[in-house]
Amino acid sequence: MAKLLPENRRSYAEIESLKFDNEGQPTASSLEQEEVERSVLTQFDLFEKRAEVDEDCPLLLRQKHANVLKKSLTHLPQSFQCLDSSRPWLVYWALHSLALLEEQLEEEDYTKITGFLAKCQSPNGGFGGGPGQIPHLACTYAAVNALCTIGTKEAFNVINRESLVKFLWSVRQPDGSFIMHQNGEVDVRGAYCALSVSKLTNIYTPELFEGTAEWIVRCQSYEGGFSACPGMEAHGGYSFCGLAALFMLGKDHLCDMKAFMRWIVNRQMRLEGGFQGRTNKLVDACYSFWQGGAFIFLHNILYKENKSIVNSDRWLFNQEALQEYILICCQQPSGGLIDKPGKLRDVYHACYALSGLSVAQHTSLIKKYIVGSPSNLLAPIHPMYNITFDAAVKAMKYYENHPIPPSGTP
Amino acid sequence: MTDSSSDCTLEEEYVLYKNRPQWRDVTPIQQDDGPNPVVAIAYSEQFRDVYDYFRAVLRSGEKSERVLELTNDAAQLNPANYTVWQYRRDVLHHLNSNLTEELDYIGETIREHPKNYQVWHHRRVIVEWMKDASNELQFTDQVLSLDSKNYHAWQHRQWVVATFKLFDAELQYVNNLLVKDVRNNSAWNQRHFVIVHTTGFTPEIIQRELEFTASKIKDVVNNESAWNYLRGVLCHTESGNITSEDFILDFCQELYDMGCRSPYLLAFTIDICEEFLELGVSSEAYPIQKALQLCEDLAVEHDKIRKEYWKFISRKLSQNVSCKTDVNSSS
Ligand SMILES: [Zn+2]
Repeated sequence: MAKLLPENRRSYAEIESLKFDNEGQPTASSLEQEEVERSVLTQFDLFEKRAEVDEDCPLLLRQKHANVLKKSLTHLPQSFQCLDSSRPWLVYWALHSLALLEEQLEEEDYTKITGFLAKCQSPNGGFGGGPGQIPHLACTYAAVNALCTIGTKEAFNVINRESLVKFLWSVRQPDGSFIMHQNGEVDVRGAYCALSVSKLTNIYTPELFEGTAEWIVRCQSYEGGFSACPGMEAHGGYSFCGLAALFMLGKDHLCDMKAFMRWIVNRQMRLEGGFQGRTNKLVDACYSFWQGGAFIFLHNILYKENKSIVNSDRWLFNQEALQEYILICCQQPSGGLIDKPGKLRDVYHACYALSGLSVAQHTSLIKKYIVGSPSNLLAPIHPMYNITFDAAVKAMKYYENHPIPPSGTP
Repeated sequence: MTDSSSDCTLEEEYVLYKNRPQWRDVTPIQQDDGPNPVVAIAYSEQFRDVYDYFRAVLRSGEKSERVLELTNDAAQLNPANYTVWQYRRDVLHHLNSNLTEELDYIGETIREHPKNYQVWHHRRVIVEWMKDASNELQFTDQVLSLDSKNYHAWQHRQWVVATFKLFDAELQYVNNLLVKDVRNNSAWNQRHFVIVHTTGFTPEIIQRELEFTASKIKDVVNNESAWNYLRGVLCHTESGNITSEDFILDFCQELYDMGCRSPYLLAFTIDICEEFLELGVSSEAYPIQKALQLCEDLAVEHDKIRKEYWKFISRKLSQNVSCKTDVNSSS
């Protein structure tokens, strides 16, 4: 007897019918795609068999993920040496993932983490990849997000807002773009990270971002998504940064939103249910957030424009299919989340798979779609910063009472 | 010059910095993680040693040949350490070092770590200093031959091509890549980039590109890259309208009549209908009713994963229709 599927859930037979058609023209791209589809279908097939006997699946392995994440916060093996310049990121990815899972750490753990992040702060403002490293915009974003996720007065007070403003001015370029660090590379991540930390900690001034929106708009490719810098290919990570930054600047009307919408809706894979980062590339769980999160801005922008045609209950992607991809294809049985079947777990993919899962579950603070066990529900995120909604509100309230520091070097 | 640690014979006799007589004058500085380290990496003895000395020279500001070698060891242990690369550039600059050797060296490092931001940025700065990009097309081609969609490689290549005006053979390069894999979206993007920076999208070029793209679509109708490029070309027409080229209107009509139901064709057809409605053109082949029907077909059959989107587009079109009707009836 066929079991009734909840709204928008897809059967194995239906998913299988969506296999890639190479039209008799196999190329490297199509061969890779077909290989991924095979491994994904194996997971969906196994799942359907399990689902016949287990009402509760797919189940988010909360405790297992939490254990892996907690462990990663303390000790890491030698193979992490290549991430020695991303330690605030390692902290943020784990802390934010745990916050999404609504897992608490001991108070003393938060104090330890706060103390460590303070060591990563540069005397010249901003945070580096580890103690003694020069400040970097991406590490600054990660450290600020991690401290706001902790959300204690002690953590909030680590951030030296006066020197942070100076650091931001030092990486601002005359055209409104941002380099990632002193003499470093320019790309749209810089603008996003600078905006995110300055909005969150109340140091934003329009002068600091003069010309930034116009520069970002130049990164919108003919496909509609944003690229790292003008001329490059539309890409999920940079698209999130580009749209989030324009949204924070209140200048999303400067870009071609219709083209953006067309590009981003097409990034959801018809068979896998997850998102790819670029046209004709493979599904990857981290884009669950980079693409999925951008739909929140898109929804808000469309709603502002013309609310009568926006379905306020749903994002413009298939929220059930994304949850299925993450829950069925991207959980490692021993804990941890992965890019796609066959890959190894890492904290980065845990963070962005869980963040994307949260986006897919919460259309608004009241409307929820939970695939699988009700216990799968995660805390909602704030899309501008990608920390939990509660953490963002608390941080903004805290810094609201602190005056914006003088801008230093306009 | 500086790649002693990658030299096998020397590697066997690798001596920690703390045991090197020529470094005896430097006092190493340990990493200050504070009393309660978190995300603590189990560094190898070599890693710890190299970085203890790197911290020391960073503080003293020493810029010498031995420091150049030290930054090499540090960078090989963690190529993502941007502080190391930044300091290495300070040293190179100070010593007026041989940049050709540095370019070879960073080339090796990129080949080992092709998806690392820092190594590509380092290469870019070296090329900038040398004001010589004669190796760059070949170099990026080598990297792209292993991964034809490597974003960093394409970004470097675009910068090189635009900065040093190396456009001459670039369209041919793109063509070759598209022959190998017509679904390579990075190659399509490069095609757009090259044309924007060379001939521009003149009416002749637009015609050529439309024909080229249409033939590629005919080969593989579900190739989204080609469909996206088609829009990319059409936005350069004088009006910027996708309905401005009869050739494309006929092309889409023909595909549809042949039974093609590629979602990209259907989506494109919807946009044609919508544009005609907005322009107030009544088209027999592209009436708005057709667009509404196609939205339904896409939502329930050809592109179900995007059901919410197609329902949204359908509501938007219906609203546009009723707006037009209101305007017409009131005028
Ligand atoms: Zn990924």
